[in-house]
Amino acid sequence: MAVSGLVFLGYLVLHMYGNLKVFAGHDSFNEYAHHLRVFGEPMLPENGLLWIVRVLLIVALVTHVYAAVVLTARARNARTSKYVVKKNLASSLSSRTMRWGGLTILVFAIWHLLHFTVGKVNPNPDGTGTADPYNLLVESFELWWMSIIYLLAMFALGMHLHHGTWSAMQTLGLTGTARARARAKTAGWVVAIVIAGGFALVPLSVLTGIVSK
Amino acid sequence: MNLTLKIWRQPDTSAPGAMHTYQVEGISPDMSFLEMLDTLNEQLNEKGEEPVAFDSDCREGICGMCGMMINGQAHGPEVTTTCQLHMRSFKDGDTITVEPWRADAFPVVKDLVVDRGAFDRIIQSGGFISANTGSAPEANSVPAPRDKAMRAFNVATCIGCGACVAACPNGSASLFVGAKITHLGELPQGQPERDSRVVGMVGQHDHEGFGGCTNIGECTAACPKEIPLDVISQLNKDLRTAMKHGH
Repeated sequence: MAVSGLVFLGYLVLHMYGNLKVFAGHDSFNEYAHHLRVFGEPMLPENGLLWIVRVLLIVALVTHVYAAVVLTARARNARTSKYVVKKNLASSLSSRTMRWGGLTILVFAIWHLLHFTVGKVNPNPDGTGTADPYNLLVESFELWWMSIIYLLAMFALGMHLHHGTWSAMQTLGLTGTARARARAKTAGWVVAIVIAGGFALVPLSVLTGIVSK
Repeated sequence: MNLTLKIWRQPDTSAPGAMHTYQVEGISPDMSFLEMLDTLNEQLNEKGEEPVAFDSDCREGICGMCGMMINGQAHGPEVTTTCQLHMRSFKDGDTITVEPWRADAFPVVKDLVVDRGAFDRIIQSGGFISANTGSAPEANSVPAPRDKAMRAFNVATCIGCGACVAACPNGSASLFVGAKITHLGELPQGQPERDSRVVGMVGQHDHEGFGGCTNIGECTAACPKEIPLDVISQLNKDLRTAMKHGH
């Protein structure tokens, strides 16, 4: 769970870096997107790096979901008779919403792939679609409901990362002292705000007109 | 004080249970929670009803025998055991819900009494230091660094009451196992069996049907001995080390 989660985290940092290229303008963003496809050529075939990353992500996804299903099943079986009254004293909302939050992010990821990678969800049928990623992005986020979907998903992602980051460090046995624990919890906040916030900047900037065609 | 009590009544392990409501009168704020239940039981006895079964032993907060869910909190609203919880923590006219620890690894024996034998079996699968019997060894012959000794002492305060399991949304006993792993693993005497201990105890923990830890942190908030969450990190680290050693 922790290791596959950290693979996702590493990917998110790279993904967010690419997204923020949108502030460098149309040509820079599209050049970056194109470069990802030809990265490592001629040593790698076209899309070679992308497929390496995709395979890695699929392995991480299978591991992550398998671990989540096992943990959920064990938790269900560990308490078949529920409490009539049960208070939550110390747990964060994010820690208690990991399962539903994770499912939300999975559904969003499928939607997101259909939108930007496959291009099946295209707000402008007359546009160039995935051939011009910058224009597709701006045309998409100019629609308020499209931006809302992405912003809500980033909120779910931030929640997931808030607990997930600290939990991964605890699972890996890196939080053996009170200070290390406090640092890991702070890291959870920082990762959640930087990553979810960084991603959210793009639709927000399009909505407010900072980024336009 | 006059109180309304909603208490889980279950005749035995296999019979279905249900919440029953009782009125109890003449409770002093200086009574412990268990003395309040004793008073209820006297009133039930007078009426010829079956008294409420609950566990207790030392009534000093050190044995870990008593334990029940009070208003949705393990051992009630104070950071202590149920026997050391006093009725001044409640108000006259309050309604108090009392339930047993709910975990399939802790089957209900009767009413509020659960069988915590699963903890004993976890201890039997590694939570000890093997030593030859005979005369006690010279205490100073094995030096222990002060910081490690202090950590071991602090987590050795775990009394195995089961509040961590009761409070955990996953029904995991990781705080209990972590406390034992840390307590024995910090001391020089605990080193020879350190790998087999963690593998054995975690294996038995899972075998007993406890849930897996997702680091939510309800356990440490419920712990009457304030065992910190870092013992679970220590447990994970020791398990990782043991696996690296080929266990």
